[in-house]
Amino acid sequence: MQIGILGVGLLAAGLEGWPTGRAVLAGTRPFDPCTVPDPDASLLPANERRRSSDCVRWAVQVAQEAMAQSGLDPREVATVFASSGGEMEVLDKLCRALATTERVVSPTLFHQSVHNTAAGYWGIATSCQQSSTALSCYDDSCAAGLLEAVTYACVEERPVLFVAYDLPAPAPLNGARPIASAFATALVITPSMIQVLATADVTLTAAAGRDVSHAFSQEFERLRLDNPAARLLPVLQALAMERRATIHLNLLDDQRLIVEVESCRN
Amino acid sequence: MPTPNRPMIPLTLSAYTLVTANGRGVGAVSQALRERRSGLKPCDFEDALLKTYIGRVTGLEDFSLGADLEQFECRNNRLAWLGLQQDGFMVAVAEAIQRYGADRIAVVMGTSTSGILETEHAYRNRDPLTGSLPPWYTSRYRYTHNMFSLGHFVRACVGLQGPAMVISTACSSSAKVFATAARFLQAGLCDAAIVGGVDSLCHTTLHGFSALQLLSTSPCRPCDEDRDGLSLGEAAGYALLESSERVRRKGAVALLGYGESTDGYHMSHPHPEGAGAIRAIRQSLDRAGLQPSDIDYINLHGTATRANDSVEDKAVYSIFGDGPACSSTKGWTGHALGAAGITEALIATLCLKQGFIPGTLNCERVDPTLHSRILRENEDRPIRRVVSNIFGFGGNNCSLVLGVL
Repeated sequence: MQIGILGVGLLAAGLEGWPTGRAVLAGTRPFDPCTVPDPDASLLPANERRRSSDCVRWAVQVAQEAMAQSGLDPREVATVFASSGGEMEVLDKLCRALATTERVVSPTLFHQSVHNTAAGYWGIATSCQQSSTALSCYDDSCAAGLLEAVTYACVEERPVLFVAYDLPAPAPLNGARPIASAFATALVITPSMIQVLATADVTLTAAAGRDVSHAFSQEFERLRLDNPAARLLPVLQALAMERRATIHLNLLDDQRLIVEVESCRN
Repeated sequence: MPTPNRPMIPLTLSAYTLVTANGRGVGAVSQALRERRSGLKPCDFEDALLKTYIGRVTGLEDFSLGADLEQFECRNNRLAWLGLQQDGFMVAVAEAIQRYGADRIAVVMGTSTSGILETEHAYRNRDPLTGSLPPWYTSRYRYTHNMFSLGHFVRACVGLQGPAMVISTACSSSAKVFATAARFLQAGLCDAAIVGGVDSLCHTTLHGFSALQLLSTSPCRPCDEDRDGLSLGEAAGYALLESSERVRRKGAVALLGYGESTDGYHMSHPHPEGAGAIRAIRQSLDRAGLQPSDIDYINLHGTATRANDSVEDKAVYSIFGDGPACSSTKGWTGHALGAAGITEALIATLCLKQGFIPGTLNCERVDPTLHSRILRENEDRPIRRVVSNIFGFGGNNCSLVLGVL
């Protein structure tokens, strides 16, 4: 499946925003992951921003960054949000409340607990009424989300915003799913190849084995393996370096997504 | 959404199965529909002290998953397992594996809360000193509560090696699985797909909907003038979708169209004019290449909340007028949330197969402010095209068109 990439969003410690992150991934700026970003997700209405989880703000931040770069009207763009665990922070609060004798649950917290919370807030912030899908595939959520997004763009012949995000769960839930650092990224994908930042040929193939990434910098390897959303890092590095690369993303034990990226900058 | 140039290729439901509070297997479900026997009973779920009715699947507490599936042990996966055992579904999948190969069949599942009940139990058993969760839980989180658990479990149970994912868009989850599977088939990523959904009762949804003041204290009464909220239920359902000529037999039921949209309005209130719902319904008709007048029956989302039924009516009436018969089947099953999409798509399939339309159970007097043709009593007559509506939190909407080939 042939697609074009119109915009990129990125957020992680040391990779705060695509302009900075691109330079770091391209090796022209040092990788300094000391400070954890605190995104303002300015597109969210003030009320929603105050109430929203960190997860929502991280996802919306990368979505708005990629969308701004694409130049598209967000109301015209469908969305695919991929996350292994979704709103772990909200689920922790809910399960704490449910473990008390009173079991008093906040109604706001409850409707913020769904896996499509970030997707829903994005739709509210942009007044978008296009299709929106939220999904999970555990460690391979990013590959599954990219597959869904690329397939949507090609079959429906419409642009789609792909967002992948996972944040560390608060204690004690982090004992069940240890993720050390937060990561969110977004791509605006289009079925057209005209005036795009890069093109990608995405194929799904039955193949065993782990992720293979050619020429991927080892300094980001720990981050890539730590957070399911960071599995996209090799693709992001190829985009940052504006070079041709073939990246294999594992999808479960027996499928593989092969992404051939080519920059259109030159 | 521009109108597609040509209708999508119909996808035959070559096998399907359903477990709801009405019973195990499509036979039990259709018998309950015909006899107008509700599966809703006063809430007796664990120690939940809520004055509400629930559609609980009986017997889920009475068995364990086999040793080979032990790590997946939780209520949601037991319900998933029970669903797979009905209606010869496993045999149909085994035959499909013979035809296409295990790596050419996708698994696209929907759920809203997955195995969250395990996490609820684990939080009640935190270490009093450290506050940490018990090891029996943490070591199995991946296989129980994580959102992909259901997809992993189904894939493991039936022995598939194709692409898989779990879609979780609240109540629309297992309606949207049809759309994703249709795209995968069209793009040639697979030759067949198992679509479905499983959602099981838990304290999160019981107390959450209670906090939103959306639970009725009586069995839910969709479209009734005195309706006062929903009843929660649980269900497991699956369908095998295929596009090949071999299964496109006359009389078979197929997915003819799908429409997906969002309200872009509010997390838990529907858009007041039903803008997103209208968009989803229109898109589903466009993809099917059908006009509103081609539709014989609409299985409403019909949750029995004041807001849903009234907004859905606006949307449906604006497209269909008072033409097709409309009803909600939530009075039988309760609202199965992430499994509502597959439950109602399969009820629609049963209606198409058997030539009948269920009248809205528990609706004593149709709300006079609703303008669609709401059916109260069952009707026996052949029907050819059905629209099934599902709308969920996050303003996430999906409509499906199913029909007889």
